[in-house]
Amino acid sequence: MYDFAQVFSFYPRILPTPMSLTREQIASIAALARLELTAAEIPVYQETLSRIVDFIGALDRAPTANVAPMAHPLPGLSQRLRPDLVTEADRHEEYQLNAPQVAAGLYLVPKVIE
Amino acid sequence: MSDLHGSTLTQLAAGLRARKFSSVELVTALLARIERAQGSLNAFISVTREPALAAAAAADRALAAGSGGALTGVPIAHKDIFCTQGVRTTAGSRILENFVSPYDATVVAKLKGAGAVMLGKTNMDEFAMGSSNENSYFGPVRNPWNPSLVPGGSSGGSAAAVAARLIPGATATDTGGSIRQPAALCGITGLKPTYGRVSRYGMIAFASSLDQAGTLTASAADAALMLREMAGFDSNDSTSVDTPVPDYVAALEQPLAGLKVGLLQEFFDKGLDRENERRVREALQVYERLGAKLSVVSLPNLPLSVPVYYVVAPAECSSNLARFDGVRFGHRCENPRDLTDLYRRSRGEGFGAEVKRRIMTGTYVLSAGYYDAYYLKAQRVRQLISADFTRAFQDVDVLMGPTTPTPAFALGAKTADPITMYLNDIYTIGANLAGLPAVSVPCGFVQDLPVGLQIVGPHFSEARILGVAHALQRATDWHTRLPPGYA
Repeated sequence: MYDFAQVFSFYPRILPTPMSLTREQIASIAALARLELTAAEIPVYQETLSRIVDFIGALDRAPTANVAPMAHPLPGLSQRLRPDLVTEADRHEEYQLNAPQVAAGLYLVPKVIE
Repeated sequence: MSDLHGSTLTQLAAGLRARKFSSVELVTALLARIERAQGSLNAFISVTREPALAAAAAADRALAAGSGGALTGVPIAHKDIFCTQGVRTTAGSRILENFVSPYDATVVAKLKGAGAVMLGKTNMDEFAMGSSNENSYFGPVRNPWNPSLVPGGSSGGSAAAVAARLIPGATATDTGGSIRQPAALCGITGLKPTYGRVSRYGMIAFASSLDQAGTLTASAADAALMLREMAGFDSNDSTSVDTPVPDYVAALEQPLAGLKVGLLQEFFDKGLDRENERRVREALQVYERLGAKLSVVSLPNLPLSVPVYYVVAPAECSSNLARFDGVRFGHRCENPRDLTDLYRRSRGEGFGAEVKRRIMTGTYVLSAGYYDAYYLKAQRVRQLISADFTRAFQDVDVLMGPTTPTPAFALGAKTADPITMYLNDIYTIGANLAGLPAVSVPCGFVQDLPVGLQIVGPHFSEARILGVAHALQRATDWHTRLPPGYA
């Protein structure tokens, strides 16, 4: 466990704590994210993600009552819309040149429904 | 011809127009430099020799006919995150190792339209996630000032290529400092424009509320010349802002008398290397001599920008990178058992360690039960940081401080602990969170390594901050120093 407070005085001193995330949590996050992890990767991510979770926990201290969440850095701009018209030509053959497996203009994947 | 590489982009554009040399001569000389340096710097992922020579010949014909644009015949390189039709675009990732875009990014099309000649695609941290360029599937980039050191990241290939004068200017992207930090560590000028100033169409997305395209060049004048061609509204980018593009080049010469400069108090903390701080303060004294009025400004929430960033950016990346599924493009695993296995193994094999770490961080902070505590909380603190900047700009014209806490560090020095690496962007992330334009310019050396001064301005003040940067470059010659071995 390193100490941010030693380097940057504005960070809180984080006391050594047990890992904030378990192996099972890492496996479940990886499953949600559709990422296959090797057995060797799991402890590495358990350690580093635990540290990251401790680190972003510093946000807890910030007083944010009555502060609106900011999703976009240019306030006042709204999402631009356009008329619902076809504006693109059909170039699917060109696009499918990058696909791993295609037949008859369709993307192929393993059978989903028996 | 052998010393053309020492000229700035602005000088080369003028020299080509005056027909002092041809684009083919210039491109040939730089391709030879790129190929010579590739083994030591690894700055390029792809070099496009034949198309570049053909484009240079076409540029020479246009110049002969007097029909050239602002950049006709000028060689540039693109960070390998910008889609280029017919030339592979990898984003530094195995998952896109063989991806060939069917279209040009708007930035690529605009620079091509202005006559620029692309010589290749530069190396980068995978999906722009990194501060050292050690996260590229195509191997790390090395710093031209000392090959045992990192060039910074994520635009390390573009920065190293410009610093070693393999190319006079390159495109880059900045989500948390990926233009300014490598500019500082490589001794060049790096501009991150205002969010929405430059189109992101065809620029592979990392964190959509933060990403912005910009430039790496030898000088602020060169950045102005490139930005003038890159900026502008694009209906293909829903975050593009429809506001006129000023003539950044014409605006470069501005008197500094009375310019109000705020020094970012929080940046002169004990985390800042003392020698690095001295160089920054010497540059501030130059501004004082030029007539600027300095005052200290406090942005009390700014220190929280790194933890805010490491919630917001991973959250957005976990969503953006969901498109890499092994079905429509990119790497696919061998013999998938079923569709879930196809997704999981294609992504597990295709993404590198840091990209997986950020996807998982993002998945965690967005998951049920944690969304309010992390993601919404971070967005609220982001609002506080942005308000700090707005308040500061009521009293000062620009803010100044260091770009990085230290000069370039050794390869491998910070790879073991992600947060030590993340803290490298401590001074750059604030501008991304608030969507502000910022530029890093060379301001001296610490033990033969370059140091950067950062200038941040209000939204859409690129002309002002480039003019302020240009004034320093008129008064000092730090930006003209070349790494030994690349003179």
